[in-house]
Amino acid sequence: MLKSKTFLKKTRAGGVMKIVREHYLRDDIGCGAPGCAACDGAHEGPVLEPQPLDPASSLCPRPHYLLPDTNVLLHQILSVWRPGTWASVASSLRLPGSLETYVEQEQGENANDRNDRAIRVAAKWYNEHLKKISAENHLQVIFITNDKKNKEKAIEEGIPAFTCEEYVKSLTANPELIDRLACLSEEGNEIESGRIIFSEHLPLSKLQQGIKSGTYLQGTFRASRENYLEATVWVHGDTEDDKEIILQGLKNLNRAVHEDIVAVELLPKNQWVAPSSVVLHDEGQNEDDVEKEEERERILKTAANEKMLKPTGRVVGIIKRNWRPYCGMLSKSDIKESRRHLFTPADRRIPRIRIETRQASALEGRRIIVAIDGWPRNSRYPNGHFVKNLGDVGDKETETEVLLLEHDVPHQPFSQAVLSFLPKMPWSITEKDMKNREDLRHLCVCSVDPPGCTDIDDALHCRELENGNLEVGVHIADVSHFIRPGNALDQESARRGTTVYLCEKRIDMVPELLSSNLCSLRCNVDRLAFSCIWEMNHNAEILKVRFTKSAINSKASLTYAEAQMRIDSAAMNDEITTSLRGLNKLAKILKKRRIEKGALTLSSPEVRFHMDSETHDPIDLQTKELRETNSMVEEFMLLANISVAKKIHEEFSEHALLRKHPAPPPSNYEILVKAAKSKNLEIKTDTAKSLADSLDRADSPTFPYLNTLLRILATRCMMQAVYFCSGMDNDFHHYGLASPIYTHFTSPIRRYADIIVHRLLAVAIGADCTYPELTDKHKLADLCKNLNFRHKMAQYAQRASVAFHTQLFFKSKGIVSEEAYILFVRKNAIVVLIPKYGLEGTVFFEEKDKPKPRLIYDDEIPSLKIEDTVFHIFDKVKVKIMLDSSNLQHQKIRMSLVEPQIPGISISADTPNMDIDEPERKKKKREK
Amino acid sequence: MAGLELLSDQGYRVDGRRAGELRKIQARMGVFAQADGSAYIEQGNTKALAVVYGPHEIRGSRARALPDRALVNCQYSSATFSTGERKRRPHGDRKSCEMGLQLRQTFEAAILTQLHPRSQIDIYVQVLQADGGTYAACVNAATLAVLDAGVPMRDFVCACSAGFVDSTALADLSHVEEAAGGPQLALALLPASGQIALLEMDARLHEDHLESVLEAAARAARDVHTLLDRVVRQHVREASVLLGD
Repeated sequence: MLKSKTFLKKTRAGGVMKIVREHYLRDDIGCGAPGCAACDGAHEGPVLEPQPLDPASSLCPRPHYLLPDTNVLLHQILSVWRPGTWASVASSLRLPGSLETYVEQEQGENANDRNDRAIRVAAKWYNEHLKKISAENHLQVIFITNDKKNKEKAIEEGIPAFTCEEYVKSLTANPELIDRLACLSEEGNEIESGRIIFSEHLPLSKLQQGIKSGTYLQGTFRASRENYLEATVWVHGDTEDDKEIILQGLKNLNRAVHEDIVAVELLPKNQWVAPSSVVLHDEGQNEDDVEKEEERERILKTAANEKMLKPTGRVVGIIKRNWRPYCGMLSKSDIKESRRHLFTPADRRIPRIRIETRQASALEGRRIIVAIDGWPRNSRYPNGHFVKNLGDVGDKETETEVLLLEHDVPHQPFSQAVLSFLPKMPWSITEKDMKNREDLRHLCVCSVDPPGCTDIDDALHCRELENGNLEVGVHIADVSHFIRPGNALDQESARRGTTVYLCEKRIDMVPELLSSNLCSLRCNVDRLAFSCIWEMNHNAEILKVRFTKSAINSKASLTYAEAQMRIDSAAMNDEITTSLRGLNKLAKILKKRRIEKGALTLSSPEVRFHMDSETHDPIDLQTKELRETNSMVEEFMLLANISVAKKIHEEFSEHALLRKHPAPPPSNYEILVKAAKSKNLEIKTDTAKSLADSLDRADSPTFPYLNTLLRILATRCMMQAVYFCSGMDNDFHHYGLASPIYTHFTSPIRRYADIIVHRLLAVAIGADCTYPELTDKHKLADLCKNLNFRHKMAQYAQRASVAFHTQLFFKSKGIVSEEAYILFVRKNAIVVLIPKYGLEGTVFFEEKDKPKPRLIYDDEIPSLKIEDTVFHIFDKVKVKIMLDSSNLQHQKIRMSLVEPQIPGISISADTPNMDIDEPERKKKKREK
Repeated sequence: MAGLELLSDQGYRVDGRRAGELRKIQARMGVFAQADGSAYIEQGNTKALAVVYGPHEIRGSRARALPDRALVNCQYSSATFSTGERKRRPHGDRKSCEMGLQLRQTFEAAILTQLHPRSQIDIYVQVLQADGGTYAACVNAATLAVLDAGVPMRDFVCACSAGFVDSTALADLSHVEEAAGGPQLALALLPASGQIALLEMDARLHEDHLESVLEAAARAARDVHTLLDRVVRQHVREASVLLGD
């Protein structure tokens, strides 16, 4: 097997060093074509299709495999990829070269040329090899390259070779594929034509030098949502204080796109500018209007005030592009027959992208995905190519897809590799599963969940022991039993991080077989669980706690309402009901004790849609109702989480995965304190306890909703709770729950953090073995970062989904007037909350094309005086809600004031506002 | 950090080997006429020379003599030109001393020292080129040299290193793989009995994985034994041809 060896000589930066490496060429790498006798079974891993699909190419009518070169693969895989057509040789061409295809670098030949030659040799070898195995099939390998020289050489050597464009054009069956080609070829020859708008990006080596010496600063580019000519760069220095640099003007932005990592150069102080407050959207269709841009830039600068000036810079180079495919819509070019169109992304921070397509009219009014290919120096907009058509705007599925994509929620179906790690059905508990596991199937366990819940991850039991104490058990689905560390299933779950619940859809973190079946603790089936069992006295004091992996058999899956009914009805006295009553009694004591310690009960308006079972259209909105049983389950989950957190931190002080909720800085509370003061109430915010107490006391007999409003406001003052690794931080406190330590243990089906906690706990009790990543605090910290990001994104996606359904709801409902409370007062608007729908919206008092009303804003009280009416926070108003579809891409709910009446500003409840309604009507007409 | 990929998705290592495969081993016995026994071994690019003197009378202080068995004296050195950057001191540094002690331990376990009480056996090993697995190469070279000297041994001592990358045990690490900083284990095995003469590891590795790494090292050591056995037989055949004439 060891055939020959070669020596590579290499010098390193600094001293010249001779490095000798040997390299074994193999004679056992197969071609990957199934049924190839020559390399019988020598190939492992992905296999070529036995009979490649007939792609109906006019250039090569026979069935063939494609062999793309690296550049084609890199740039086009997303665009023209169709499974099965590519020959997967590129990977086997890498270092462990096969004996027959190994190519040595020649004198004077650079690495790229050598690689090109290696691919050609491989293509040739493949062609000869395939001839041997199937002379009658005439299987061929076609070499795809965009490099002219490479193609010429290949044809000289007798390898059928085409450029990517030629090949795709020849695919007569799929003419639409041509649009998806990344337009890279033009980049080189276009430079001569047209004016150069942007200065050149510096090469990476120079940037790194500059960053080291301090002339350039490295940071993340964040485009402004409001103003396309402005952006900020967050410089993450070594020190704590992150610096922010303002960039203004197209040339200074220099082709950076939102979220790129860029290098910026600070401008001299006399060129510093202040962040402008102007809202500017890029609307011009004509792309050569550079003069106009300059004029616009001047508008930005005029408003500068000496004090407001901030460090200003310009982008000198891009360190890392963070391009991804963007969702948005096509703005069709005015010129007929034109193939070049501009694409407007849904995210305003992304510049418009020029794409080339022949199907513009088909794509108009649809949500599409476009990828950026490049941004030449002479082009006002980046060049891109069409990737995918998602569907009609306003269509529910399309919009869901868009919001998932925009929030970076991985929602593709699980891959075969992931599914292969699922247990085989029919599944039952085997002897091996029972190792290190306690049999608790005899216990009377039941689960309480919201109606329609299929991923039941917790169940409870409570029974009286012989010594008069109570035994309480929380049983959590043992997901870590099925998801073993390191395999594809585990990696995919870690990547997804959390299950995302949208209004009508659930994006699972783990495949459905696990989430809704094997791990779901349904009633009357044997399930594996991780149990946390306490012995408590009747005062809910914990006497003993133990953790064990177990097997349980739930006796009932109840909804909150059913459980409540059982507790309340005196007639029922079965085992489940007594168990529930015991739990409920203990939960009440626990809750009281928790609140005494200073845990906050906060409130946020949560809505639930009643869906039409046929069309899945929302037919009614309802704020969520809370029952005693909700808090009963919650109480025991909190208790389990805290107990587990203590245990894993005790066992693994350096690498326990915990969750903390930092105390907010006092300045966060300002708005709450001021708001309460305006109603003559005092809110103390020095500790969580005093805040909780003062919130409890803040009641007004004439205004019962005030307390809820205050709690909503208090929620807004809070910080985000985050996961962290105990070895990387020393503040563990959970502010909201007033617990010194906390983690997530109780929902492993929908949160990856819980799976890690399960694994840690299993190791701690000796029920499972550990693995290196689990005890590596840096890896754990990285994982926490991803989980925090995914949780945030999942929340945003959820909110976006609610917002979209609210729109649908109001679209069907038409225009309504509702009572609302003022939540915030802004300089030119008030933010109101409509309790009936839990809906929040902004009422603007300044509108385009209308005379400006007289506005006086007082920051101290917060109040806003418009003409003669003063608005205070928590004032009751009446607003009209309607759907504003003037911008197809960003439909939104618009609210306007009805009561109190202010002439010229408020509108009467019944006359429809014409200029808002019009586009809506037009759209309806088109639909007909 | 995107470090060097030590094990590709296809299961190949940086130099084209699979996880359990050894580097190419070439060895010769009897390379020096003056010494009692000598051998030279190449394991890939790691090259080592071993020379054995003895058993002979104790040199130097007689107090060191052991009443019941022979004294094994090992000295390790590596040539100044053995590594990429020239070394300052060819021997006598802490690493060399440690290696000498390890070799001594290894061979005290293998040589039948009780047959030669109050005498001394010297083993000198020099590494000419270091490309990972120096301990293993030294032990293998020394085994051949001791055999060449005709000193009675229980068995061959065959050594091999093993590492652990991406939950896979890799046998016979090269310098590149060693430098990546993963756990590394050195094993000297008496293949016939399966007894371990020396086992050394100074990085952290979870005990669940130890078995697989140990198994990989032991399998590789047995492979080394097959090769060394072949070298010894070849050498004996050549010597007997010369004697026969």
